[in-house]
Amino acid sequence: MWNLAGISESIQNGLNRALSPAWALTVEMIIVGISVIGLFAVLGLILVIMERKVSAYMQVRLGPNRVGPKGMLQSLADTVKLLVKEGLTPDKADKFLFNLAPFIAMIASMLLLVPIGFAKNFQIWDLNIGVLYLAAISSVSVISILMAGWSSNNKYSLLGAMRSGAQIVSYELSAGFSILAIVILSGSLRISDIVMAQENGWWIFKGHIPVLIAFVIFLVAVTAETNRAPFDLAEAESELTAGFHTEYSGMKFALFFLAEYVNVFIVCGIGATLFLGGWMPLHIGTWKAFNHIMDYIPSSIWFFGKTFFLIFVIMWFRWTFPRLRIDQLLNLEWKYLLPISMVNILLITLVAIMQWHF
Amino acid sequence: MSNEELKSVLSGFNPGLTFEESGEWLVANVEPGEFLSLAKQIRNNESLSFDYLFCLTCIDWKTHLTMVYHLTSTSFRHHLVIKSKLDSSRPEIETVSNIWKTADFHEREVAELFGVNFLNHPDLRKLILPDEWSGFPLRKNYEDPVNMIKL
Amino acid sequence: MIEELMTTEQGDLVINVGPQHPSTHGVLHLVITLNGETIKKVEPHLGYIHRSIEKMCESLSFRQFIYVTSRMDYLSSHINNHGCALCVEKGLQIEVPPRGQVIRVLMDELTRIASHVLWWGALAMDVGAITPFFYAFREREAINDIMEETCGARLTMNYMVPGGVMFDLHPNFQKKVHEFIQLFKSKVDEYDELLTNNVIFKARTRGIGMLSYEDAISYGCSGPTARASGVHCDIRKLYPYEVYSGLQFEEIIESGCDSYARYVVRMKEMRQSLSIVEQLIDNIPEGDFQAKTKAVLKLPKGEFYSRVETARGEFGVYIVSEGGMTPYRIKFRSPGFSNLSALDHMARGQKIGDLVAIMGSLDLVIPDIDR
Repeated sequence: MWNLAGISESIQNGLNRALSPAWALTVEMIIVGISVIGLFAVLGLILVIMERKVSAYMQVRLGPNRVGPKGMLQSLADTVKLLVKEGLTPDKADKFLFNLAPFIAMIASMLLLVPIGFAKNFQIWDLNIGVLYLAAISSVSVISILMAGWSSNNKYSLLGAMRSGAQIVSYELSAGFSILAIVILSGSLRISDIVMAQENGWWIFKGHIPVLIAFVIFLVAVTAETNRAPFDLAEAESELTAGFHTEYSGMKFALFFLAEYVNVFIVCGIGATLFLGGWMPLHIGTWKAFNHIMDYIPSSIWFFGKTFFLIFVIMWFRWTFPRLRIDQLLNLEWKYLLPISMVNILLITLVAIMQWHF
Repeated sequence: MSNEELKSVLSGFNPGLTFEESGEWLVANVEPGEFLSLAKQIRNNESLSFDYLFCLTCIDWKTHLTMVYHLTSTSFRHHLVIKSKLDSSRPEIETVSNIWKTADFHEREVAELFGVNFLNHPDLRKLILPDEWSGFPLRKNYEDPVNMIKL
Repeated sequence: MIEELMTTEQGDLVINVGPQHPSTHGVLHLVITLNGETIKKVEPHLGYIHRSIEKMCESLSFRQFIYVTSRMDYLSSHINNHGCALCVEKGLQIEVPPRGQVIRVLMDELTRIASHVLWWGALAMDVGAITPFFYAFREREAINDIMEETCGARLTMNYMVPGGVMFDLHPNFQKKVHEFIQLFKSKVDEYDELLTNNVIFKARTRGIGMLSYEDAISYGCSGPTARASGVHCDIRKLYPYEVYSGLQFEEIIESGCDSYARYVVRMKEMRQSLSIVEQLIDNIPEGDFQAKTKAVLKLPKGEFYSRVETARGEFGVYIVSEGGMTPYRIKFRSPGFSNLSALDHMARGQKIGDLVAIMGSLDLVIPDIDR
């Protein structure tokens, strides 16, 4: 049942037998659309309850424990609450932009799901420019934040949006450089090629210290890009109350909230794909027997396991560190991370040209 | 510096001062008009250096108001209380907020609760009460039938 | 749209922080003028919780008015009550029996620890780390339990009365305090590990909210705020009351003048308070816990001033008596009010995030400021 590729294969064959190719494609698209929305909702529920449980564990308390077994249905109850809540629009807000912004945020994170390889041969669309596509679309989310902050007609929102704009644009660079490092090593922008390049070992093990540096920079940069603590300056509840979504309520707020968590999932998924081999099981060089045993664990479990591990790391950051200040945040990027990743990319190029990696 | 020494130094600044020694600390009574020059002198005199104004308040004696300044020196640890009688119909005294910065807030508080007008205060707006408030709540003759509860 | 945002003529952004805001810890209202993210001016607007306690006290007897003061600085209510009781005792020349004195000091120091612990958690939350807040409450809970057993209350204790304390200690008191001492010794080290040496925390507080020695004195600052600027101002050392003169403890003075120095002072004070509790807990003298006093207290005509060191600084009580059953005028000199007046000076030129860190390091309790 864990063989997701098999399921997609059988659907594809079944549809093609029953319908003409054009109709089959249409139906497949509809199925994909529905499953993306479904995944979105499920991921939101799981990640919210995970965040609450992880934070409760770190803060010596129990966390949600009333709704469902061990409180596992709490986020479902919250969703129902948010659905029936009134979605207020402030009187002097720019109503069109105000209502559009949450949808842009959600659409941007939905689009990001496209090239992610969830399991072996299980991908929505294996783009030949997959990584480039990810880098391009992930910067769209800043537009929604700016839109929300600007149109709310609230000074806290405006400040939060401006912070977020500066922050995401800056950290995009470092994240881009770290992604580029893997592209250089793999020699392809296609996600499936990158995963296949790690057949004899994940890049984080094969690529020596430069890849390790790239991985750390990637983690820091994506934490900043998803506006999570210690880089949650766009929200900064102790400074700007709730930052860019101060004025949002009900489902419109929930969409931002959901988009944030799905973004976390996606960046962790990208991190897992690039550095930890994606769905590729743990293989060590030419140890045939060991590799064979590892192959018994389904590829989807490998992918989700790695992704959730990275998500846990990012949550760990959030509940441990104090928040940086905006100028310190930008200093960190422009004075430290960017120069380091530039030098690092040269090292990686050297490694790739000399074939020093394993 | 002992109370006797303080007295002689202070009398040198202003011969019109009267002293009381019944309480814990030496009390000097000064006319409101001469208060500012005395305050400057006791702050800047090197043997007195009263640099810490730890309490500033006012008392309504029905017939008049009395400003009370509790001062101490962080280098010599001697204390002085300065009192100044104000006319309750037109209470006015010079501000000391440029000498002791803490007086800024304390004077604003006294101004709205007792109605004392601090001359030359940089910003004598209401600090605690709403802007449209009338009357001075800490005066003995203040009546507010709506908000005040008799105990 | 942007024109509708309230701006000054120079194009600066004016923002209301509070009266409901996560980091003002109460109903403090600050109007801040910003140039981008940089603060140009901070104007506190007070009075949202002003109950005119001074006026109230004018119609309460000398026994009753002490209870109202628990509601001022609710995090160090014991110490407020203590200051008031001392002032009445000064007027009536009552000598508190040794047991009463020791109990008072013990309670004061436990309160100080509880207050500092809460401040530690709140400051961490202000700079964005939420977890320490829960750790802080865990230890504060232990102190509250001790208080509850003896005083019957967890927040507004009303335990100190003129002449001593209201009841004797609960039989479990010593055992529980011993347990707490053991617990807290390891926890305070944990606090240090979690926050004190954190790189981000240091970056957020070092060199932020500078308050020079001269300014600290001029603004009338007291307590840890002033001691972080090098001002020698601990009332317990300068004008010892009760049994403080016979105790071994240090007055913590730092020279950093910034938020981090204020942080360090309070962290070290927690350890000092703990050592005071340790010195006293096994040496509580036997005897009366309360001096015999008349049923109706009448202070002689005159003026009385007493002061104590609360967790936030110097708390002064100024009673003017006409010889009646009620005070003629009472003035409470609250530490927060003076400390807050320095906020504008400290915050100018800093960022919004710094304002929050500075407010956190001042340890403002709004009912204490408003009274």
